[in-house]
Parts: sequence; structure tokens; C-alpha cells
Amino acid sequence: MSPSTFKDFRNNVKPNWCPGCGDFSVQSAIQRAAANVGLTPEDLALVSGIGCSGRISGYINSYGFHGTHGRALPIAQGVKMANRDLTVVAAGGDGDGFAIGIGHTIHAMRRNMDITYIVMDNQVYGLTKGQTSPRSDDGFVTSSTPDGSIEQALPPMETALMSGATFVAQSFSTEIKELTATIEAGIQHKGFSIINVFSPCVTYNKVNTYDWFKENLTKLSDIEGYDNTNRTQAMTTLMEHNSLVTGIIYQEDRPAYEDMVKGYDEKPLAHQDLALDPDYFESLVGEFM
Amino acid sequence: MREEIIWKVGGQQGEGIESTGEIFSVGMNRLGYHLYGYRHFSSRIKGGHTNNKVRVSTEKVNAVSEELDILVAFDQESIDVNYHELSEGGVIIADAKFKPENPADSKADLHAVPFTEIAKEHGTALMKNMVAIGATCAVLRMEVEVFTSIIQEIFGRKGEDMVEKNMQAMQAGFHYMKDSLGNEEESLSLAAADGEKRMYMIGNDAIALGALAAGVRMMPAYPITPASDIMEYLIKKLPDVGGTVIQTEDEIAACSMAIGSNYAGVRSLTASAGPGLSLMMEAIGLAGMTETPLVVVDTQRGGPSTGLPTKQEQSDLMQMIYGTHGDIPKVVMAPSTADEAFYDAAESFNIADEYQCPVILLSDLQLSLSKQTVEPFDLTQVDIRRGKVLDEVKEREDKNAYFKRYQVTEDGISPRVLPGTKNGIHHVTGLEHNEEGRPTEATQNRKDQMEKRMRKLDRLVERFPNPVAVNAPHEESDLLLVGFNATRGAIEEAMAELEKEGIKANHAHIRLIHPFPTEQLKPYVDAAKQVLVVENNATGQLANIIKMNVGQIDKIHSHLKFDGDPFYPEEIYQGSKELLEHESIHI
Repeated sequence: MSPSTFKDFRNNVKPNWCPGCGDFSVQSAIQRAAANVGLTPEDLALVSGIGCSGRISGYINSYGFHGTHGRALPIAQGVKMANRDLTVVAAGGDGDGFAIGIGHTIHAMRRNMDITYIVMDNQVYGLTKGQTSPRSDDGFVTSSTPDGSIEQALPPMETALMSGATFVAQSFSTEIKELTATIEAGIQHKGFSIINVFSPCVTYNKVNTYDWFKENLTKLSDIEGYDNTNRTQAMTTLMEHNSLVTGIIYQEDRPAYEDMVKGYDEKPLAHQDLALDPDYFESLVGEFM
Repeated sequence: MREEIIWKVGGQQGEGIESTGEIFSVGMNRLGYHLYGYRHFSSRIKGGHTNNKVRVSTEKVNAVSEELDILVAFDQESIDVNYHELSEGGVIIADAKFKPENPADSKADLHAVPFTEIAKEHGTALMKNMVAIGATCAVLRMEVEVFTSIIQEIFGRKGEDMVEKNMQAMQAGFHYMKDSLGNEEESLSLAAADGEKRMYMIGNDAIALGALAAGVRMMPAYPITPASDIMEYLIKKLPDVGGTVIQTEDEIAACSMAIGSNYAGVRSLTASAGPGLSLMMEAIGLAGMTETPLVVVDTQRGGPSTGLPTKQEQSDLMQMIYGTHGDIPKVVMAPSTADEAFYDAAESFNIADEYQCPVILLSDLQLSLSKQTVEPFDLTQVDIRRGKVLDEVKEREDKNAYFKRYQVTEDGISPRVLPGTKNGIHHVTGLEHNEEGRPTEATQNRKDQMEKRMRKLDRLVERFPNPVAVNAPHEESDLLLVGFNATRGAIEEAMAELEKEGIKANHAHIRLIHPFPTEQLKPYVDAAKQVLVVENNATGQLANIIKMNVGQIDKIHSHLKFDGDPFYPEEIYQGSKELLEHESIHI
């Protein structure tokens, strides 16, 4: 069988995103990265949340699960534990991952299952027509913050570093090559990878635009001597650059959750014969006598 | 000679009440007696009165009783709180250390036995529970030897010396009590049991074992009283079969993770109580909409809100049936004994797989935590049916067409493939979707998909094993008693008392709550002059469901109890009498 190309991951469904939305590039980068790491469409399970970006599971030719708002990660972790042979990618927006789902995001990072989480971060609520997000900057004016946001923006990468994530990366949707390479590295990383992608909303965010990001982002590859295995340096660099850096910020070699669970089968649970050994069952019954 | 005695041990939480009850019960179980235990405990770890009441009988028992024969008291509070349950001929065995006083209106005899002093003589004060069990044996006129094997199991790894000391403490308690009783009439001597080997377990153990027998490999869960025992059991056992329990960050994650695992083909369950189920409702709706098999156990406890976390109640019924927005196919099962809990738990996974929908396995605190004697489970009675899961899918000509995961079929159930299957790619979404799982708002499609989902359960009731457990000796009855979950035994006992007075009573216990087995219940309602629905809640939730489905509103009455305690047979008897005499009930 010939290896897959990114075209195999296309399903010819026209996304309902606005023209110019950053999410188109993320869609394309996931398709390219999946082909580049040698996956076939059947190997990939893409679990997404709710919001504009959450629709992505319907726009890629792979197994797709579009769940509930903020719960892409619990669903994705359930899929991974059931079939560890699948490549599991979770995807959603900043509202999904950093507002309603922040609890799951932090615990998924602590847990460190071998899945890749891509956040399409546009710093605003798009599908509900332009309310503030936990990623909105201080002073950001929206329909829900007419006088400007008075809450601090949540720093995803710093949060990831503090939560024990073993692969922490940030990217920008127009930098499709870098984004694709980052997603490839995330998929290949053994453990939980979080990739925050600045994916501008052309309709509701007139502040954090493509031009704004081009002006303000620093590539880690341009920082001399940056060592992405050094957590302290990663944190300092993020703080020095107001979190506006792209590239692999931090990577750590730590066994994935599923490799540390006592007794957990190396064969996917989904392929197991379910019938219990009668002798084993008798011993269980005997324990209650 | 007695065929049944009721024994209770009481004291401060954390001072060994649990272990005293456990050792006594396991010993009696091994002798072949039938037991039914119920613990009163508080939502705290140390301190506060706690007691463990056990009915010991030569016949099967399935209810807590209001009566009491032997009270073992480790403090005065235990006497003060419980003595009223004792009748003439009852015995209080109390630790002499706290200088126990028998209340003036107590009908029982008090025997002060130096539990602590005897325990210290043979080892440490901790052994006072052994002294108490020894003293109990003297009252029952039975030998203490049955406890040797149990003490060996508990203390064996601490050395023979430890085993010996505990045995001596028990013997000493036995002899002290025997002397104290003197030549009193042997009114509390217990008839011999049949010596058969049976299991002794809580309902939660039965549910967990049923899940294991059904091939469960994953349990994401969040701790909560009174459900935690299920996860604790599976934490120990799932690694034996390659699976695991994951303690999640909350119940939303637990339920969502279980959905993810089931979608990917693994039988995965979660278990919680009211507060957790409230949090899971959105996810349960997702399982309904995406037609993902899912089993959720709800061990009901006192609500609302945090309510009475350690007390009996049956007030989640309406939430379990209706508690998700929109219309979904859902099954709510309600086993009533540990035996049923095992087989129903196993069957719930077949139903979830065959009908591709969420199944709520409803329990209540009394069923989940009451330790009871059960006939050994039979694995050959458990079959595993996965429903319409395809191992292979043919290649489609149209490369852009997805596998029709939501194909409109006659029975509403569509073929299912697991992620990873070649040519099986499809989309799954909580949005309304077409046959391939792609989101669409088209009106005709909406109608087709909704009707497809809802008709899946059309034949469920007729296929369901014994949806209403009926004990109906009378073709025409004066009274039909109806209940669900743990009230089964208490209703049966009340019914037997009513029979003695010539009252024709039938009993229908609802085992399938939703979809409601209307046709199965209706003949018994038709044949009854009055119907009394017995339930542990304040609003008569089951009675309302029966009225809604069966009608005949005028003769359906409620007997409600929501003070945190289980129903006693005596109360149901009284309630029945009141209804029959006054045609209404005000208890």
C-alpha cells in the first residue's frame, strides 16, 4: 500500500468558517502532519470541542468525534485508553480549553497520556458572536465587556509548564510549515503535547490580527542558545516576551500515563476477548465467602 | 430456640465498630446463616455515634428491622440511642469501663462486661471487639471456634502470637458473659444453620463484580459516597484483566472519558451518586445523541444538593429518567437485591451495546451498602452481546462518502464500527447529523434521525428480563404494594404480616423504570382495590410515574419516608393498615 498523502485526509466538506479564518491553516497543517508521520486516515481519531474550531473533526478525513463544550480532552483520553494503537488528537478553541474546559486541560497535562492537543486560540468567542474569552487581553472590548475586559488573560504556555505537560509548543496559523512541523513533533512525542496556535478571528477580533501577530511574535529559533529542555529558561523566556513566542517551548522525556499503569495491557483493550476466565471468576466469588 | 436474632454494635465512629460487625457477620455467614446488615454512619471519619445492625436468620432476609435482640455498646450513647429497639428478653452487653446505665424504661437486661479490661489483660485495648464477639456467642449459646479462621485471616501475617491473643480475648469474653448470664432461660439461643457456603457482600460489590463479568475494562470515576466501593473494587481487580480505573478530576470528566472508551469499543462504566449524576447529565445526553453505549451507576443517597450523603433515599428517579435536555433514548434499570445487582449490572452492558444508548443502573444507599447473604454467582448465566458491531466494512465507490454510522433502519439501530476499522470512517457529533454523522439542520433529516433514535427502545420492555418482579398470590387483591430498589424485602415482610390477618396483598417491584413496563404492571393495578407505592422520597416520584403510565389515579397512594432511614417492614405494615381502614394515608 502506498503511503498516505495529505490529500487522503481531505473529505471535501466545505468548512463553515469565515473567509480568512486562521482555522483553515490549522486544518491543512493537521492533514499534512498526519501524512508526514505516516498515518492512514483510519489510524487517526480526532476529538474536538464546541465552538467554531470544534467543527474541525468534521473537516478532516479521519475518525472524528465532536463532543461537548470543554470536554474534548476527557473524551480523547477515553479513546486513547480504549485503543492505544490509535493516534489521538484533540482540538478546540481557547474558550473550550481555557474557560469551560480548563480543569480538564490541567489534569490532562498532569496525567500525560500520549495524545496531542491543538488549541486554535483567537482570544475571543466567535460562534456566539464575539464575547470575551479567558485569552482576551486586559481592556479588550467585546459585546460582553463593553467597557473592556477587566480580567487578566490566562497564559496557556506558562500554565502548561506549571501543570507538568511534557511537550509545550506555540505556533501561528499562517506559518504553515512551522505549524505542520510542530504538530508532527507533537504527534511523535510520547506523552501529552499541547500546541497553542494563534489562529486569528477576522470577524470579532480586530486587535489581535495577522498583522499584529507578525509584529509581535518572536520565533524561538531566533533566540540564540534557547534550550527547550530547560524548564526554567522556558518560563523566563515566555515571561520576557509576554508569552508571544512560537516554536517548541519545552519538551521532556517522561513515560506516558498508559506506560505507567500497573497491569494495563499492551494490546488495545478494544481488541480483547471480554469473556472472563471461569477459574478467575470462581476465585473472586470465593473472596466473599 | 430462635430462627432469627437481630444484633447491633454501637460506639464512636473510628473505634472499631465496623470491624466488630464485620468479624461477627463473616463468622455467622460461614456457619450458613442468612444475614442482612445495615450501617448507620455519619459523613465524618472520627467521632459521632455509629452502629452496625445485622439480622441473622436461618431463612433468607432482605430487610432491616426495627426490632433488636442484642445490643453491644461501647459507650453510653449507644445504649441511649438504641435501647428503645430492644424488647422483653433483649440483652445489652456493654463495656463495664464506662459504667453503663440501663435507662429506667428499658425492657432489656444489661450486662456490664469489662471489654477493655479483659482486652488489655490479653493484649491491647483494641481487642475489645473480640471480647464483645465472645460475649455475643455466650448469649447465642454457640461456640467461638467459628471465628478462629477469620482471626487467622486478619492477624495471621502479624504472627501466631497475635492470633492466639485475639482468640484468648474472645474466649475470655465468652466465659465472662456465660457466668454473667448464669442459668437464665436460653431464650436467645439460635437454631443451627444449614452450613451452606454463600457470599456475603454489599450491593456495590455485586455491581462491580457484575461489571467485571460483563467484560468491563475501564472505569473512569470520581469518589463519592455511597458509590466509591465500586471503583475501589475495580481498582483492585481490573489490572488482572489488563484494564484500569482512572480517578478523574470530576464527574464530567469521568462520564466523558467513559463515553470516549465506549466509542472506541471498550466496555467502560462510571459510578456516582446524585451530585455526580447532576454533573454528568450533559455527557449522558451526548451518549444518547451520538448513540454511544454507556453504563452509569447511580447509588442514590439523601438529596437535594449535598443532602444526607450517608443516608438512604430514592429521590433521583425523575432526574434519571428526564435529566438531560432534549429527547434521548435511555434505559433506567433498578435491581433490588445484591443478587439482582450482579446479573443486572452484567446485563446493562448488553443493553447499552445492543441499543447503543445510555443505561442508568439505579441503586440506593441501602442496596449499595447493606451487606447481605447471596447465593454464589453463576458466570454461565452471564452472556456477552455486543449488538451490531461490524468487524469489516466494504470499500465504497464514492471516496468522499462516509460509513453510514447512523443509517436509518427498521429497528432504529444502525451498524457500528470502531475507530481504527478500515473503510469505517464516519463522524460522530452531538449536533443533529445525517446518516454519515455530518452535521445538518435539514428538517426531514431531523425527523428521520430523531424517530430512528427514539424507536430503538420500542421492543426493549418486552425483551427485558423480568421488568416487574411480581409476588401476586391473589387474582383480586385488597392491596397492591409497589416499590423499587432496596424496599423489596421490607415490602415482602409487611405483606406476610398482612396475609396473617387475611388481607389479600400483592407485591410488584419495578425493576425497569424507563421505558416503563406499563403492560406488565397494569393487570395487577387493575386487580387491586388500592395501590400503595412505597418509596424513600418526599414527592412520590414512582407513584407519579405509575399514574402517568398506568392511570387509575384515584386508587394510587403513596407511603413516603425521607428521614434518611430505610423502610422497616413494620412501617409498611402500618401504612397498609391505615390505607385500608381510612382509604387514605397520612404517615
